[in-house]
Amino acid sequence: MSKIRPSKGAPYARIMGVGGYRPTRVVPNEVILETIDSSDEWIRSRSGIATRHWASDEETVSAMSVEAAGKAIADAGVRPEQIGGVIVSTVSHFKQTPAVATEIAHKIGAGKPAAFDISAGCAGFGYGLTLAKGMIVEGSAEYVLVIGVERLSDLTDLEDRATAFLFGDGAGAVVVGPSNEPAMGPTVWGSEGDKSDTIKQTVPWDEFHTERPAKFPAITQEGQAVFRWAVFEMAKIAQQALEAAGITAADLDVFIPHQANMRIIDSMVKTLKLPEHVTVARDVETTGNTSAASIPLAMERLLATGQAKSGDTALVIGFGAGLVYAATVVTLP
Amino acid sequence: MAATKEEIVTGLAEIVNEIAGIPVEDVQLDKSFTDDLDVDSLSMVEVVVAAEERFDVKIPDDDVKNLKTVGDAAEYILKNQG
Repeated sequence: MSKIRPSKGAPYARIMGVGGYRPTRVVPNEVILETIDSSDEWIRSRSGIATRHWASDEETVSAMSVEAAGKAIADAGVRPEQIGGVIVSTVSHFKQTPAVATEIAHKIGAGKPAAFDISAGCAGFGYGLTLAKGMIVEGSAEYVLVIGVERLSDLTDLEDRATAFLFGDGAGAVVVGPSNEPAMGPTVWGSEGDKSDTIKQTVPWDEFHTERPAKFPAITQEGQAVFRWAVFEMAKIAQQALEAAGITAADLDVFIPHQANMRIIDSMVKTLKLPEHVTVARDVETTGNTSAASIPLAMERLLATGQAKSGDTALVIGFGAGLVYAATVVTLP
Repeated sequence: MAATKEEIVTGLAEIVNEIAGIPVEDVQLDKSFTDDLDVDSLSMVEVVVAAEERFDVKIPDDDVKNLKTVGDAAEYILKNQG
């Protein structure tokens, strides 16, 4: 038996830089009310959302990702050609193959990195982060770009008064690289496939083979079931992530939950009994729910506005269709 | 020990007060959570989870939509409490 040389990675990994891209068009609730019977007050009280961004034809999944990735790479202080891996989490890139990650890698000038897409809904950013950490510590890449990107406006039923106001478009990216100190805690993640109907696409693509469905596929959800799971079950997962990282809520500076809905965020904060000093990301108010993009977008905004600072300890948790979830504690770049 | 219906209504009133800020005396058997007490569908989930903990009962999502009034919820908890 030949002796195989093992790979050699960095001792630890850390988030080195973050970048975001929000489409130019800002869509207020008044526009949503053109197609549903509701009110600005109702939408705000149920979701906390006042505005969201919707992408134009030119603001494709790839184009938004390239913008966000460029900012993250500059923020990290690395060169594009040093990127050894590109992981893109999305559910709204409509070309099944090739992976959009390859196109993005090429457009940012990354050379020939490993590049692939993942599908983990609103938990996708945490899944990507965990894979990136593994690649760096295992030694198959030195710097990995993790992108969460969605054009959920393409998957929104504008006549469904329960979801028409909810979703937005955008891209968020981070560069994960080597570290001599621990800066990313263990990930607490998982899936609950018995609840796969709780959040889902209305019509599968292959139905277009046989008959043209009356409506383009859209994302639909059972609101109360999602709310209960997201608040009460995910609070337990968030707590486990704190324990796995060896800290308590008192040690936290920042909480960045998936920006699903302000009511979920508020109830989660209450259930977790987060101390007053913890800054809570509430980007959903002006960005809507951007699924995999929501956590890096919220992270970028907290840092850009000075509400959080480099070196802060943040708990991030994503949760969504699957149902899937991923929570971890990180040091902010 | 299982709670009496009266204790359940008192408990529900405290929960609704805590979550939706409704005065406890307004929480009566014939009151509708959504129409009379201003408890929306998401707050209703919080009420249900709090009631589950307080009365050691499981209230699945499918059953929540049948609990229109305080009386409905009190009856449900009375029948299903552990």
